[in-house]
Amino acid sequence: MKRKNTSLYIGLVLAGLVALLVVVGCFWTPYEPTAMSGSAKFLAPSWRHWFGTDNFGRDIFSRVMKGAGTTFFISLCTVAIGASAGIVVGSLTGYFGGWVDDVLMRLNDAMTAFPSILLALVLISLLGPGEYHIILALGLVFIPSYARVVRSEFARQKELNYVSSARLMGAGNLRILFVHMLPNTGPVLLPAIVIGFNNAVLAEASMSYLGIGVQPPGASLGYMLSESQSYLGKAPWYALCTGLTIVVLILGFSLISQGLRRRKKRRRC
Amino acid sequence: MKYTAKKLLLAAVTMVIVSFLAFLAFQIIPGDPTTTLLGTDATPERVEALRHSLGLDRPFLVRYGSWVAGFFRGALGTSYSYSMPVGSMLGGKIPITGLLTGLSFVLIVAVSLPVGLLSSQKENSRLDQVLDAVNQVLMAVPPFFTGILLTYVFGLVLKWFTPGSFVAPGENFGACLRYLIFPAVAIALPRIAMTVKMLRSSMQSELRRAGYVRTAYSRGDSRRRVLYGHVLRNALVPVVTFLAMTMADIVAGSVVIEQVFAIPGMGQLLLRSVSTRDFPVVQAIIVIIAFWVVLVNFLADVINQRIDPRLRLQ
Repeated sequence: MKRKNTSLYIGLVLAGLVALLVVVGCFWTPYEPTAMSGSAKFLAPSWRHWFGTDNFGRDIFSRVMKGAGTTFFISLCTVAIGASAGIVVGSLTGYFGGWVDDVLMRLNDAMTAFPSILLALVLISLLGPGEYHIILALGLVFIPSYARVVRSEFARQKELNYVSSARLMGAGNLRILFVHMLPNTGPVLLPAIVIGFNNAVLAEASMSYLGIGVQPPGASLGYMLSESQSYLGKAPWYALCTGLTIVVLILGFSLISQGLRRRKKRRRC
Repeated sequence: MKYTAKKLLLAAVTMVIVSFLAFLAFQIIPGDPTTTLLGTDATPERVEALRHSLGLDRPFLVRYGSWVAGFFRGALGTSYSYSMPVGSMLGGKIPITGLLTGLSFVLIVAVSLPVGLLSSQKENSRLDQVLDAVNQVLMAVPPFFTGILLTYVFGLVLKWFTPGSFVAPGENFGACLRYLIFPAVAIALPRIAMTVKMLRSSMQSELRRAGYVRTAYSRGDSRRRVLYGHVLRNALVPVVTFLAMTMADIVAGSVVIEQVFAIPGMGQLLLRSVSTRDFPVVQAIIVIIAFWVVLVNFLADVINQRIDPRLRLQ
C-alpha cells in the first residue's frame, strides 16, 4: 500500500514559499523596506502594494520579506547552537552513561519542566535585549530538548550489532560516536530539528513582539506585529499579513516534521 | 500514601535546587545593582552604605538563607526601581494571572476532552480527518496573533468588548471575567489542538497495544464501551502529564498575552522588571512560577497514580 506523504509535500510547499520570500528579500524587494512616503500612508492591499502600506507609508510586503529574513536568521542560529550543543551532550551521555548521565538528565528534566520562554526571559534580563542576545538565550534554552532526543537514540543504538562490530574492528569511541552512530540518528534528529526551528520562530516572534528581541530599525515579524497592533483599526491588513506569514511558516515546518516522522514509521514496517 | 510522600519529597528537593539556581543566576551577573540605583558617579561611601542597606555585603550563603526565609514570611525583597516591597507589588497581580490561567485551563479541558474522544471514536472517518486538519492549522497560530485577531474581530468590528478596558476582579468580577474570556480563548486554542492530538494518539496506541482491548472485544463489548470503559483510563495518563505542562506554559505565556490585551497581571510586571533589570522582582516571580510548575507536576503525579495504580510500583 503506497500512500503519498501529503503532509510532507504541503509542508515543503508552504515553508518553501516563505523561504523563497526570504531569499529573494536578501537581494531585492519591490520597494525600499525603510522608504517612507507621506502620501501613501495606510493604503489597503492592491496590485502596487500586495500587503498594503503602514503608518509611515512603507510597503508592508517588502518589510515582511526583510522581517521574515531576520526571523529566519535568528531561528537558524538558535537551532545551530541548540542542536550542536545538544548533540554533543546527548551523544556523550547516552553513549557513556554513568553518574554524569544521571545528573545531567535530572537537570534536563527540571529544565524541560520549566517553560522555555521564561528561561529565555531570565537570560535576557541578565544579558539585556538585542538580536544577538536573543540568539544566545534561545540557543541555550533549547539545548536540553535536543540533548534528550539524541541521548535516548544513542542509548538505544549503542546496544546494536553494528556498534559492537565497529568496536571489534578497532574503531575508537569518537569515531563510533560521530562517524558511525550520528548519521543513524538522522531519522529521529531531523524531525526534532525541524520542530526546534518552529519553536525558535515562535519564541523569537514572541520576544520581539514584547520589544526585548530585535530592536528598531531592524524588523522581525514579531516586532512588526506589535507595531501593527497600534494601527489595528486603521490598517488591519498590516497585522493580518504579518501574522499570516508566521502562521504559514510554522504550519509548513510542522507539516514537514510530521511527514518526516511518518516516513520513518513506514520505513520501519 | 508512600508514593505521595515520595513525590512530595522529590518536589521539595526540586524546589530547593530551583530556588538556589534562581538566586545564583542573579548573583553571578556582571554589574552591581548599586550602579543602576545611584549612577556611575556616586561616592564610594554612598555605594558602601547602599550595599549595606541592601544586604549585599554579607556572604553569599547567608544572603540565600535570608532570602529563602523571607519567602516563608512573605517578605520577597524590595524592588530596585519602585523601592516597594515585592510582595505588595505582586499581591494584586497574582489573582489576575491566576484567573486567566484558570479560565484558559477550564476551556482547554472542556473542549479538548470531548473533541478528542469524538475523533478517536470515529477514527479515520471524514470528521476525524477534518478535525486533524483544523488541529494542524490551530497549532501553527501563535497565541499573540490569535489575540490580535480576536481584538480586531470582537473588539473593533463587533464591539463586544473594548480593548484595553480591563477591570480588576475586585472591582467588578463579572466585567473582569467578560474581558478575560477573550485572552483565555487566545491561549486555549493552540493548546486545545495539542491536547486533542495527544489524547487521540494516546488512545490509538493503547488500542493497538493492549491485549485487554481484544479481550473486551471478544466479550462482545461495543467500540464505545471498549473506549470509555477500558482504553480511556489508560490513555489519560500521558494526557494528564501534558495538561500539567500546559498549566505551567499558560502562566509563562501570559507574559505575551497580557501584553496583547493590556492586562496588568504578573506577566506584565515580569516583562517590565526584565526590561528595567529590576532583579528582586524578576527573582520573586521566577520562584513563584517555579513553585507553580513543581506543584502542578506533583498534582499530575498524584492524579496519575490514582488513574493507574501500577505507577506506584515504579
